[in-house]
Amino acid sequence: MEKVTSGKQKCIAKVTSQVMLSAGIYSMWLKFPEEQDVAAAAVPGQFISLYSKDGSRLLPRPISICGINRAEHMLRIVYRVAGKGTEEFAGYAAGDTVSVVGPLGNGFTMKEGKSILIGGGIGIPPILSLAKELKGDVTVVLGYRNRDVFLSEEFAPYGRVYLSTEDGSVGTKGNVIDAIREHHLTADTIYACGPLPMLRGVKAYAEQEGIAAQISMEERMACGIGACLACVCQSVEKDSHSNVKNKRICKDGPVFDVQEIEW
Amino acid sequence: MNLSVDFAGVSMKNPVTTASGTFGSGAEYAEFVNLNCLGAVTTKGVASVPWPGNPTPRICETYGGMLNAIGLQNPGIDLFLKRDIPFLKQYDTNIIVNVCGKTQEEYLEVVERLADQEIDLLEINISCPNVKAGGIAFGQNPKLVEKMTARVKEKAKQPVIMKLSPNVTDIAEIARAAEAGGADAVSLINTLTGMKIDIEKRKFALANKTGGMSGPAVKPVAVRMVYQVAHAVSIPVLGMGGIQNAEDALEFIMAGATMVAVGTANFANPTAVADVVNGLERFMRDHAISDIRELIGCVE
Repeated sequence: MEKVTSGKQKCIAKVTSQVMLSAGIYSMWLKFPEEQDVAAAAVPGQFISLYSKDGSRLLPRPISICGINRAEHMLRIVYRVAGKGTEEFAGYAAGDTVSVVGPLGNGFTMKEGKSILIGGGIGIPPILSLAKELKGDVTVVLGYRNRDVFLSEEFAPYGRVYLSTEDGSVGTKGNVIDAIREHHLTADTIYACGPLPMLRGVKAYAEQEGIAAQISMEERMACGIGACLACVCQSVEKDSHSNVKNKRICKDGPVFDVQEIEW
Repeated sequence: MNLSVDFAGVSMKNPVTTASGTFGSGAEYAEFVNLNCLGAVTTKGVASVPWPGNPTPRICETYGGMLNAIGLQNPGIDLFLKRDIPFLKQYDTNIIVNVCGKTQEEYLEVVERLADQEIDLLEINISCPNVKAGGIAFGQNPKLVEKMTARVKEKAKQPVIMKLSPNVTDIAEIARAAEAGGADAVSLINTLTGMKIDIEKRKFALANKTGGMSGPAVKPVAVRMVYQVAHAVSIPVLGMGGIQNAEDALEFIMAGATMVAVGTANFANPTAVADVVNGLERFMRDHAISDIRELIGCVE
């Protein structure tokens, strides 16, 4: 009898630690079985789908990868509690298990040279895994709403770090672009993940300064693997897969060259 | 032990397929599911030209289900024939192509383009709740359903399944209209029109305001409708609506479905459709059932 499955499937990851970093922001390390090592194939900018144990919550929660420890078959996620699903995850403790599919999406294309890494709010976690693996001269700019900052200290070993807060309580008052201008930061490549208004600002700045930029997008997802067409974003050119000006964030992204995307 | 069924003249190795729109054309799920082990793959709806679909957000979760308003984004029949059909032809499974359109002529154009293709069945989507023209507009009026079915049947070279909407007063009447028009089979249910409001933002959760509800929460409604339709028509029924596992699939089969489709469950578990095939086998073994056809409509 032929096998009904073809290899890839949900795997059971074990939670090895969980801590709250800031109000509603949690950091969790997951260890994968060696025969289904999601960490081995993971690169910065990719995400994993986590599945709730509660049957009333069907859809996977796509969460970006914040840290990769390939030797130990482990991934770290840092996420915000935004609903019942993430609330469930936040209740997990070391020893608990969770179903995962991944790694998913394309990840950042790491370029040599001078880089500015930009993270805004809950878009900061994937930027940390990128900062760790990126070679060359790295500057990090992190944007927060207020003094409830998280993860910023962990960037210190990988480059110069600048902060901005909307209320001015820490770093530059304003947004990440205000911080970049204040400190006259330049680069060959910008990598960014954050809310849409921030990404719009990054696009405008990158185009004005003639800097290449890769941005990581988000949207409500169902399947997470490119089949359901829920999480599309508009592309400038007709996409070869969709045959319309739509790209799938989960499959063609989440990282796009800023010039590919239309708002 | 026999799992094979005859569905509208097409031999299926088992009664399990995918629900249109939840499985693309199979390429993404092929990493998870051995497509050779499915009775058929049902593709996402394809139109005569590429459709961009609706604005985002296109989906949201609901208790035990979800709403979607994808808006039938599809690459159009040209690319579909060039890429998706050859992909599926690599596998030893039947191909059911779901057809959509904004006007009757658009549906017929797609049906004609598929006429000389090596595909096994057509599923005509007259029940999508998320597009402004076409879709459900053709599926709620029995006279239109009969006429539309007859016109499709004139052009079609493959057996025709009419996909029915649950958003009607009497689904049996619509099924009888499809049968009168010459349909070879009916499939049901498409999604139930629903709405969700984000109370923090005071906005609709979907950009389209309404969406089609699917998932295990709709299953009892779907089983009831499959039962009603199976008793109203003599053509075979492809049942779907909230099937997550073999036990769910068996409810549909016992209610009268010759085949079943797994839809939203693919999102909750990418091997769900394969697990249903496995589970049906296990159920038959455990209950010493030699032929799955014994179970079709066995609950009167």
